[in-house]
Amino acid sequence: MSPAPNTSDTLDQVKNITDQKYKYGFVTEIESDTAPKGLTEDTIRFISAKKNEPQWLLDWRLKAFRHWLTMKEPKWARVAYPPIDYQDAHYYSAPKSTPLKKSLDEVDPELLRTYEKLGIPIKEQELLAGVEPTIAVDAVFDSVSVATTFKAKLHEKGIIFCPISEAVQTHPELVKQYLGSVVPYSDNYFATLNSAVFTDGSFVYIPKGVRCPMELSTYFRINAANTGQFERTLIIADAGSYVSYLEGCTAPKRDENQLHAAVVELVAHDDAQIKYSTVQNWYPGDEHGVGGIYNFVTKRGACRGVNSKISWTQVETGSAITWKYPSCILQGDNSVGEFYSVAITNNYQQADTGTKMIHIGRNTRSTIVAKGISAGRAQSTYRGLVKIMPKAIGARNHTQCDSLLIGDKCGAHTVPYIESRNKSAKIEHEATTAKISEEQLFYCRQRGLTPEDAVSLIVNGFCREVLKELPMEFAVEAQKLVGISLEGSVG
Amino acid sequence: MLEIVNLHASVGDRPILKGIDLSIKAGDVHAIMGPNGSGKSTLSYILAGRDGYTVTDGSVTYNGEDLLALPPERRAATGVFLAFQYPVEIPGVSNSTFLKTALNAVRRQRGESELDAIQFLKLARAKCKQLGMTDEMLKRAVNVGFSGGEKKRNDILQMALLDPKLTILDETDSGLDIDALRIVADGVNSLRGPNRAMLVITHYQRLLSYIVPDYVHVLAFGRIQRSGGKELALELEARGYAEFGVNEAA
Ligand SMILES: Nc1ncnc2c1ncn2[C@@H]1O[C@H](COP(=O)(O)OP(=O)(O)OP(=O)(O)O)[C@@H](O)[C@H]1O
Ligand SMILES: [Mg+2]
Repeated sequence: MSPAPNTSDTLDQVKNITDQKYKYGFVTEIESDTAPKGLTEDTIRFISAKKNEPQWLLDWRLKAFRHWLTMKEPKWARVAYPPIDYQDAHYYSAPKSTPLKKSLDEVDPELLRTYEKLGIPIKEQELLAGVEPTIAVDAVFDSVSVATTFKAKLHEKGIIFCPISEAVQTHPELVKQYLGSVVPYSDNYFATLNSAVFTDGSFVYIPKGVRCPMELSTYFRINAANTGQFERTLIIADAGSYVSYLEGCTAPKRDENQLHAAVVELVAHDDAQIKYSTVQNWYPGDEHGVGGIYNFVTKRGACRGVNSKISWTQVETGSAITWKYPSCILQGDNSVGEFYSVAITNNYQQADTGTKMIHIGRNTRSTIVAKGISAGRAQSTYRGLVKIMPKAIGARNHTQCDSLLIGDKCGAHTVPYIESRNKSAKIEHEATTAKISEEQLFYCRQRGLTPEDAVSLIVNGFCREVLKELPMEFAVEAQKLVGISLEGSVG
Repeated sequence: MLEIVNLHASVGDRPILKGIDLSIKAGDVHAIMGPNGSGKSTLSYILAGRDGYTVTDGSVTYNGEDLLALPPERRAATGVFLAFQYPVEIPGVSNSTFLKTALNAVRRQRGESELDAIQFLKLARAKCKQLGMTDEMLKRAVNVGFSGGEKKRNDILQMALLDPKLTILDETDSGLDIDALRIVADGVNSLRGPNRAMLVITHYQRLLSYIVPDYVHVLAFGRIQRSGGKELALELEARGYAEFGVNEAA
């Protein structure tokens, strides 16, 4: 007897619908100031000189670089890729037209058009009386920040929101105090590389007791070919403050792979809260697995103060390879760490992502909700560590890991590590794996939905718990993205 | 409206339907009865276009069009609605999101304007009320944790919203309590009209005393064995399917 109706029949019928519609794949023609290919101490001196950095920072970079030379690329993640030739890339590229921007009016109109096309508001809209802006944007184009909006408005409250290269000049004491304090220069292969060659990124400081009145957002765009992007973000929430920060990213379609190795450090003091949301939509490569970004990112937050809270929400739909474990170090008593993640992989994408929750203080709590969706020939792994230190009396963790498979050529894997050194800790772990059933698809189609709409609806339902954590501005966009990322995978 | 001629169909490579002829005019309500496993649900799936159910011979014409050539969502848009014997659960998707997405998908295909959230909610609330369902049902995930009867009612709510031309009810009565049966029947009857037709699959005469059919057919061994008026249902209720060679040992 031939197989009963199952999902693969449905898949075959609708497989040929469309190739990935990556609508951000265009290239901006702009003259750039680019470092020669290769990575030596001279490259680092070049970058540091371009940024007019103080000696201590150059020394820190060089220390990182020398350490990096002694390190080996990690191989433990469930991702496969040909060896990366670190000498065959540019480590600095900046649009020539924007050497030292002063005001938004001076930004190259070609760049403004690029961001317009990407739907990113980097012009400060005319402020109507009584209407408060809801979002301030720092736009990073290749190796430099090209515009930051609403700086003045934020300055009124004492909030610092600017490119990190600018913060090095204007607030060196803060940068020196916190840079590398959460992710040390020697942390891991990619973070160490980033410490040596990081070019730009955002710097945020929220003063004591201030609730940031709008969403802060950085938008990363890789444009230049053969260029790695190494941004560094540092966010400090002083006692009793609150900030919600969003990060988005895109890149042109190119046949060669490009490296993106970012570092994000968060510090939350007593009673402070940081909500960090990412919609990662780097170019994922084509449907045959050619091209795409290698996204090797280190994100870590330190809940240093009592009652502090750090919440990571990520929607990962892009990149050929994602290697990323946003983590929380729960030092302060009663501090809270949260990780909400949706990782969607299609075609030949690979994602190895998860989190680390390190419980150090008393009554620290963490919540992990990870949703992995695989389609096509993609492989998706959740890798997570929950570690309870001896003094973390009353620590609690709840982990929920759900995988959804579309078709039968993809894979989903769950690798939870639990280390508890305190008997009073409560740790719960739940995991499920499901497939989109042919029945569900048929039910939706019988009600008028196309296979793509049906999949998008079912997957959005599957991710709901995570998507509802996103700020409103992002939630709608993310829902659409979920549908688009899975286009052509199935029905 | 619907013309089924010599329909043969298989599930996998197993023949289930072996020559069905059935003609349904606009305005008519046809009931299909028959023993378990005789192919009633299979017929409904063939009409709705489910994957894995293959037509091996014969034709189905719907308003002059070859129904079998259309993908399921097109059939839905042209007004074919199937109330499932076993409605499906969709975790995380609220009933109202599902209904709104479906309604707008159908309206779009019909060239009608889409409803915004407010218009939709107004309509959905009114239909809920008609069917004795609480608004709370709109907020819950599609069929998740619904009782058997609630699932059936939920399917009827979808029917009421999508406003179909040809409605196929596959054992919609099973699992309904006495009051729910009357409410659902009222909902279905309100959709009766000169431009619409219905195919009601049931095991029980009881439903047919509420939704009174114009014709009753007996389906057994993949064929229609006998057709008659509404009195045939009463006869079957009294005598079972023995005369069609079905063993009643169970
Ligand atoms: N997916 C399937 N795989 C294998 N056999 C199937 C499948 N679907 C239906 N069948 C078989 O086809 C036959 C007809 O099934 P169908 O569901 O159409 O019966 P029915 O008349 O609706 O029965 P009931 O009154 O119990 O609902 C049964 O023997 C059933 O086992
Ligand atoms: Mg049946």
